[in-house]
Amino acid sequence: MNMPITPQKPAKKLSLKDNYNLLTRGLGWETSYQDMDKVFAQDKFEGIKIHDWDKWEDPFRLTMDAYWKYQGEKEKKLYAIVDAFQQNNGQFNVTDARYINTLKLFLTGVSPLEYQAHRGFAMVGRNFRGTSARIAAQMQAIDELRHAQTQAHTISHYNKFFSGLHDPTHMFDRVWYLSVPKSYFEDAMSAGPFEFITAISFSFEYVLTNLLFMPFMSGAAYNGDMATVTFGFSAQSDESRHMTLGLEVVKFILEQDPDNVPIVQKWLDKWFWRGYRLLTLVSMMMDYMLPKKVMSWAEAWEMYFEQNGGALFNDLARYGIRMPKYHEVASKEKHRLSHEAWATFYNFSHAAAFHTWVPEESEMKWLAEKYPTTFDSLYRPRFEHWREQQQKGERFSNGTLPMLCQVCQVPMFFTEPDDPTKICFRETTYRDEKFHFCSDGCKDIFGNEPEKYVQAWLPVHQIYQGNCFRPGTDPTAPGFEPLAEVLQYYGFHVGEDGGEYLGSLDARNWTQWTGKPAVAE
Amino acid sequence: MSAVIKEKDRVFVAFQTNDDTRSIVEAIEADNAEAIVSRYPAMVKIEVPGRLVIRRETIEDLIGRAYDLRELHINLISISGNIEESDDELVLHWNQH
Repeated sequence: MNMPITPQKPAKKLSLKDNYNLLTRGLGWETSYQDMDKVFAQDKFEGIKIHDWDKWEDPFRLTMDAYWKYQGEKEKKLYAIVDAFQQNNGQFNVTDARYINTLKLFLTGVSPLEYQAHRGFAMVGRNFRGTSARIAAQMQAIDELRHAQTQAHTISHYNKFFSGLHDPTHMFDRVWYLSVPKSYFEDAMSAGPFEFITAISFSFEYVLTNLLFMPFMSGAAYNGDMATVTFGFSAQSDESRHMTLGLEVVKFILEQDPDNVPIVQKWLDKWFWRGYRLLTLVSMMMDYMLPKKVMSWAEAWEMYFEQNGGALFNDLARYGIRMPKYHEVASKEKHRLSHEAWATFYNFSHAAAFHTWVPEESEMKWLAEKYPTTFDSLYRPRFEHWREQQQKGERFSNGTLPMLCQVCQVPMFFTEPDDPTKICFRETTYRDEKFHFCSDGCKDIFGNEPEKYVQAWLPVHQIYQGNCFRPGTDPTAPGFEPLAEVLQYYGFHVGEDGGEYLGSLDARNWTQWTGKPAVAE
Repeated sequence: MSAVIKEKDRVFVAFQTNDDTRSIVEAIEADNAEAIVSRYPAMVKIEVPGRLVIRRETIEDLIGRAYDLRELHINLISISGNIEESDDELVLHWNQH
């Protein structure tokens, strides 16, 4: 065997930049026997003009070797903690069982979006002709799959002890309030690749997800949920890369051609409002569902949207981009959003897969401090009335079904931007049919693409049309109860999964298993 | 005429609270005189008006070993600002500053 006699010095390590360039430049090729426009059939129809895909740079310049190394480390860390959590019965160390309801909403409403994002990024990765864009989309598609999996693994432990966690994917495709996140993501996925990446990477991940993952996950830690904070922050460590991608994507598109600017602005307007409406669910998680509270929705909105988002849009002003339309409406709504949302879910709790409750006196005090101009005058009297009714054994629930907004699909409970005592209704007529909206923001979105939104699968309409019963159901049978049947169709364990928290199976089990009161003092 | 000086828009970076990030936060405080550190449950957030720099050498001096800035990814929660990354430093900034 011929061994080299003088061992060579190892080659100098490539710089981050050279390493990244080798990965992303010259890896693609011009097709010869098929037209490039046929191979990449979707990256022109939206009107976005790209002249030089090589101008796309991943600022982190993450290469595959580093990607797998660090992702592997994140996974090991996460699963070690999940093991420890399970082995130490960590589920009983949370503040009280009310907290678990945030996980029910998360697992049924957010985790399926991670999976949708996985699919969406796999699709855009296929449809962009630029190599570095495709690599970034590929990494993100893998990340998103990891998030869906780690969330299912982590929360599955809670499913052994608490209700409402048994069938998230089945529920996601059917349940009325879950059509809010589902339709949001399907709206993005059925758009072109540039709109998808602007919607998800920029408007959602860069502009809005801090509101979910920073205060809420910190809140999970504060409420003793070691498992959730771990998957949350593990996902978020990828998210910061995705956010960076979002900003780079938008800058890249804007720099490529001035004709792209108005198209992008229109998407930013649309997806800001779509995302903001989706976050309604997060506002009530923060203000009402975390027994120990970290920060109010209004404070989070000020910190993460008004300040950080404001700085971001100041930065983008040089491209001719302005703040998204109706951001001022969101700011007007910040002192009422969570209260209006929680009250609505309190009304319809019997038809949800998580529990609701009237906030404790100490929580109302906190809410009054955080919302000095609205809580005591507008919302406290309603909760006190409901508490009285409940004490008389007449817990209020609303037996009708709410009208949904044609675009965001949230029940129409939002109030007029300048009058928090008046419900905001908007309507329009398209091809002789009337459509209803919760806001000017949603009405504008419909007006720009009516052909798309007339096709919306609105859960309440579908129930009334008889499309939400299990196969073989006979609605004409004597004694037929439509609501009970709909809940069966949703896959709920009726009588366990939803309704009032006090006296629920979860509350009783909590006390029996931990010896602690159902509501922490 | 007294000009009103408006504070520059802030950039921020947030990390999980743990032993790995303790030195990173210290390094950022050392390299950014105007750093504002806020500690939340499980999370630490550092804001700086205009521009924030994370320097590899400062971290290495504190932890006593070689450090690859890409290790930051493991404990990163969120960031804002435009990013410039090289082997030696990671900079977050808003362009108007």
